[in-house]
Amino acid sequence: MQMVNETGWKPKIVAFCCNWCSYAGADLAGSGRLSYPADIKIIRVPCSCRVNPLFILRAFERGADGVILCGCHPGDCHYTSGNYYARRRMTMLFSMLDYLGIERGRTRVEWVSAAEGAKFSATMNDFAKTITELGENRKLGDLRCKK
Amino acid sequence: MTYQFPKANAEAIVKGISRAVYAPVEKDGLTSFERYEAGMNLALDTIPTDKSMKDVFFPQWENLMHFRVEGKTIELTEEERCHQDFVIFGARACDIQAVKVLDKVFLADPVDSYYASRREHCTLVALACDKPEDSCFCKNFGADPASPDADVTLYPVGDDYYVQTNTEKGEALVKEWNLDKAEEGPVEWLKGEIGKKYEELPFAHLNLKGFDGEHLKEKFDSPKWKKLSMACLGCGSCTFACPTCQCYDIRDYDTGNGVQRYRCWDSCMYSDFTLMAAGTPRPHQLERYRQRFMHKLVYFPANNDGMYSCVGCGRCIKKCPMHLHIVKVIKALGEEESK
Amino acid sequence: MQLMNEGTVARVVGWEKGEGECDWTPALFESVQEMDGFVYGDYAGANLSKYCVKMNKAEGKTLVVLKPCDTLSFRQLIHEHRLNRDNFYLIGAGCKGMKDESGLLLKCKTCKGKDFEIFDEIIDDEESKQPTAIMDRMEGVTALENETAQERFDFWRNELSRCIRCNACRNVCPACTCEKCVFDNPASSVASKAPVTDFEENVFHIIRAFHVAGRCTDCGECSRVCPQHIPLHLLNRKFIKDMNELYGEYQAGVGEEERTPMTTYTKTDAEPSIVRERGNA
Repeated sequence: MQMVNETGWKPKIVAFCCNWCSYAGADLAGSGRLSYPADIKIIRVPCSCRVNPLFILRAFERGADGVILCGCHPGDCHYTSGNYYARRRMTMLFSMLDYLGIERGRTRVEWVSAAEGAKFSATMNDFAKTITELGENRKLGDLRCKK
Repeated sequence: MTYQFPKANAEAIVKGISRAVYAPVEKDGLTSFERYEAGMNLALDTIPTDKSMKDVFFPQWENLMHFRVEGKTIELTEEERCHQDFVIFGARACDIQAVKVLDKVFLADPVDSYYASRREHCTLVALACDKPEDSCFCKNFGADPASPDADVTLYPVGDDYYVQTNTEKGEALVKEWNLDKAEEGPVEWLKGEIGKKYEELPFAHLNLKGFDGEHLKEKFDSPKWKKLSMACLGCGSCTFACPTCQCYDIRDYDTGNGVQRYRCWDSCMYSDFTLMAAGTPRPHQLERYRQRFMHKLVYFPANNDGMYSCVGCGRCIKKCPMHLHIVKVIKALGEEESK
Repeated sequence: MQLMNEGTVARVVGWEKGEGECDWTPALFESVQEMDGFVYGDYAGANLSKYCVKMNKAEGKTLVVLKPCDTLSFRQLIHEHRLNRDNFYLIGAGCKGMKDESGLLLKCKTCKGKDFEIFDEIIDDEESKQPTAIMDRMEGVTALENETAQERFDFWRNELSRCIRCNACRNVCPACTCEKCVFDNPASSVASKAPVTDFEENVFHIIRAFHVAGRCTDCGECSRVCPQHIPLHLLNRKFIKDMNELYGEYQAGVGEEERTPMTTYTKTDAEPSIVRERGNA
């Protein structure tokens, strides 16, 4: 399945997934044959709090049109509290991006457990739809990376 | 030849030049030399501009080449050199002296072709400094605010600019402007006035005795560097504002579809300046600070027949967030000499 | 003040006059004779806390002159274990609002108060206890928040495009005390010496503000030193405002608590989606 807008443009989306919950959730979506857009590139991280704000900005630099971070539900972190920290950090980062005038829809945090294959698939479909509607990321990318 | 046109016509003249024009432009309270386009705010009265004319010949960053790898072949595309004539309008004596300093570096063998191509295609229109700032001290370093060395020089007298052409290139440019011929009298008068005004400036005469290769070791070992450099933050404001600072770094940027090789200004104030595998040769701010001033006042003149690589534009006086600047250094180390 | 130099402290960090009226420089005095050049007054705008990091390892005590706002930075550096309180003798110096050539400093126009957070001795007078704030600290941030996303984008593009990456903001910042900055580390993949693209300008300032979030005392030095007049305090204050609103009032450098809003959490924190749900898009 692919997301394409009316001009034939396809979004590039990066999904950072926590190893213990969301990555397993993606697996479950796969084995359950639930589809999600092929343009989503999953990057497995040990915990959602491993994601440094720089990772997100760098994804945009390299041409991502949307970045989503998935982790265990608050309270379920494999390392007890990682996702609580991630929650604060991402709130601050997203707020700053918004402050700089970057579209709000380009970033998202979603809590997906290992049992929620269906939620994973639904989340990704919805996010890809949002990004397709927003169109190409022009505000936060490095021109040199565009051909 | 001497010509004349009213100051009010300056903008029309700049607009009328058929080539690209770089001129001092004001935006958000800051002045810099930019490619002039209609609607921009010409700042011909500003001395000195916040950013110097260096940017035109030696921009803060420029692409040198691009590599693209496909299979086992590497495709290399070199950046085009400057191949079109352009005009710099409104250069000051200090900035022109600075270009002479840059020439010593970039036009010496091996010639820097990126820089050289821009030098070749440039026609310089200078402005005499009728209202020097208190921070100006250019005459100490061989620049003359009354007669800047350029293709064309403009002298602001009353409501007019008197135009003097100094080279054939300049004469050809001025011909395009269709100006009335004028007497040389007012120009000579203004030169005298500028000379008098300059004498009243606080840093008009600095004692540069002892700033030469012979006193290198003595200056280098001076215990005063410690106190002088203490407040230095190690930011690059002075080096980036300086019209003669010419150090650069060459970097590769991986674009995902190739490599962009570019060069950008570097600053001897940075901890990673001339960083080598074994570490940095100047581990503390004291050494970095000393390097900058020793280079300008001692090493450079020692290697270039006494030509200092400071031009007295006074930008570092205005820009340093902690108010450290070259005049303080000259005074502190110069005193030592007279004792 | 000069008397302190006899035995109890080995050196003094203060100010020295320059060539002109207002070009005062932070200076180090190592002997009683040198103290002749010591000055304090209207042009002592710089925050001397940052220099203390360099002095922390020096032998003997260092006397430092701190204004009320500077004491916040000093206390914050103690929280971060960058300074050892025992190595310093702190003079809290009364402040009537600092100036430069063009008048009252921007940071003094939004003065946070005249209380000394940490000191050994206070030298001030009645006048220096009067507040100097003439506008609300968050005024600029609120005004921007009320604009549309495109307006905000255009505003920041215009401001940040002036950046020349001189790093003055970073080097003056008392919260930026990393031995090696991520932007100086070639292995970090974001190291750069020039603002080559829009992205580069954005990323440097976003990440710098983020790295000091919760530790920034809003001393205002970044905006004061910027040679390109970029209002960097608006970035830091945005984080301060957000943290105050979402995680409770907090001022870095006040009190004994070492944890900042970014190094702690509650189970009921707002979700990041709150950003999407509020105000102007």
